[in-house]
Amino acid sequence: MKKLPVALAIALALMALVGCTQKPAPAATDAPTAAATSRKAVAAKPVAVTFTPPAESAIPAGPLGEVIRQGRDIFTDTPAHAKAYVGNSLSCNNCHLDAGRQANSAPLWGAYGVYPQYRKKNGHVNTLGERIQGCFRYSMNGKAPPLDSAEMVALETYAWWLAKGAPVGVKLQGAGYPKQGFKPPQPPDYARGEKVFVNNCALCHGSDGQGQQVAGRNVFPPLWGPQSFNWGAGMQQINNAAAFIKANMPFSRGDTLSDQDAWDVAMFMDAHERPQDPRYTGNLSETRRKYHDSPMSLYGIVVNGHLLGAPSANR
Amino acid sequence: MRGLDPRRLSIAAALFAAALFVTSAQATDAATIARQGNGKGAAPCMACHGQDGGGQAVAGNPRLAGLNAAYLRKQLDDFANGSRNSPLMQPSATALNDDERAALAFYYSKLPLPPALARPATAPPPADSIGAVLATRGAWNRGIPACVQCHGPHGVGVGAHFPPLAGQPAAYIEMQLKAWQQGRRHNDPLQLMQHLSAGLSTQDIQAVATWFAAQPLPAPETAP
Repeated sequence: MKKLPVALAIALALMALVGCTQKPAPAATDAPTAAATSRKAVAAKPVAVTFTPPAESAIPAGPLGEVIRQGRDIFTDTPAHAKAYVGNSLSCNNCHLDAGRQANSAPLWGAYGVYPQYRKKNGHVNTLGERIQGCFRYSMNGKAPPLDSAEMVALETYAWWLAKGAPVGVKLQGAGYPKQGFKPPQPPDYARGEKVFVNNCALCHGSDGQGQQVAGRNVFPPLWGPQSFNWGAGMQQINNAAAFIKANMPFSRGDTLSDQDAWDVAMFMDAHERPQDPRYTGNLSETRRKYHDSPMSLYGIVVNGHLLGAPSANR
Repeated sequence: MRGLDPRRLSIAAALFAAALFVTSAQATDAATIARQGNGKGAAPCMACHGQDGGGQAVAGNPRLAGLNAAYLRKQLDDFANGSRNSPLMQPSATALNDDERAALAFYYSKLPLPPALARPATAPPPADSIGAVLATRGAWNRGIPACVQCHGPHGVGVGAHFPPLAGQPAAYIEMQLKAWQQGRRHNDPLQLMQHLSAGLSTQDIQAVATWFAAQPLPAPETAP
């Protein structure tokens, strides 16, 4: 007789701990009204870009040029050129298209001038170097290159060169992903997202989301699973993924998916298992509370009967 | 432990023999069609695609040997249904039945890479040439990704949807890019090629076709 209430209490406590909404509702605070929808439609349009980075052919000769080129090579083929710090098969280039030049794809020229910057993610002022370390730790599921390592110097030099002539301390148009005012008309939905995935993404990323490889190297990157970004990466947040997808996917056909499709497929992607968050405390609900306390993260939440981020799933 | 049931064994043997027969019959059919046509209007493939399936560079007839079977099959279907427009291929594709298309696609996918492809007739244009830059870096300001980002390093081809470009005749690649551009070919998934070809100039098309035609096969870094 006593068993049931105890089990119930545990279940309730667990649900409270992990913030267990069966279906996460990122749009809960944003009731879909006609006015909001029309405002979104305007906001979702790609932002006109006012900065153009120097052409790759303009990389200077000499030692500086060599380091710029090294940075570009690391950026476009990270596993080959920064092997010691990479824990998956991704490259920077996968989420920062055109070797870090493409507007609305978090271009390096948009990032360079806005660091140092205070970041809520770690609660202190980050230099560009520390920000790049975060990319390696989370998106590359690897190790942070030391700030004075050759790889870090090359990446910072490449970013500096791409930003040559851009104002400092100004958020340029086309910097980051176009998230401003980009909201889903309806809360993102896994089943709808799966359809979007099958029709638009599986062609390149495979029906299992594991990308496609030639001679052991990615041509198309895996979107989840052991070779993808980990649970600490920015891309595991649905709003980041949705904005990136809307502006840039399908590859070379950016801005062709509807806002709803982009949100749905972002949720579908981010509702799959991936490597553990390196900040994992040993307790899933505590880790969620400390680092994922947002409707934009599905970490520690049950989707489709699967508890995302549970340690056993990562082994 | 259960004894082997002789009746089951004989059924299995018969099935195995039948499977062997079907496989060899299919192989024979495909090789015969490739050599002499199917007698119902499909021309011999090798008349245009070469004895070894390596294509004919001067005429711009593409290599078929070693291409993905699902890709080849889809192209035959698309020639027949007109989503890939070719006055040369349409009659032959239409004259092939379902089994023959499948058998030919499989047959050509299994043909080895013709050795001549390892030594392209022309040297690859330099890394800073228009063709090399388009192939390996793209022209994103015009919405054009690098060709190798989908067709694989050196254009070796990726899966069933991104055919090899390396070692294909320059004239063939050029014709196809123009066909995408002008809407005569519209059998591409997600309209990827129709869309990006719109941003290419005649000079771009020539340059990139020349670059891919000069890539050796197998590509040095992708050989197993």
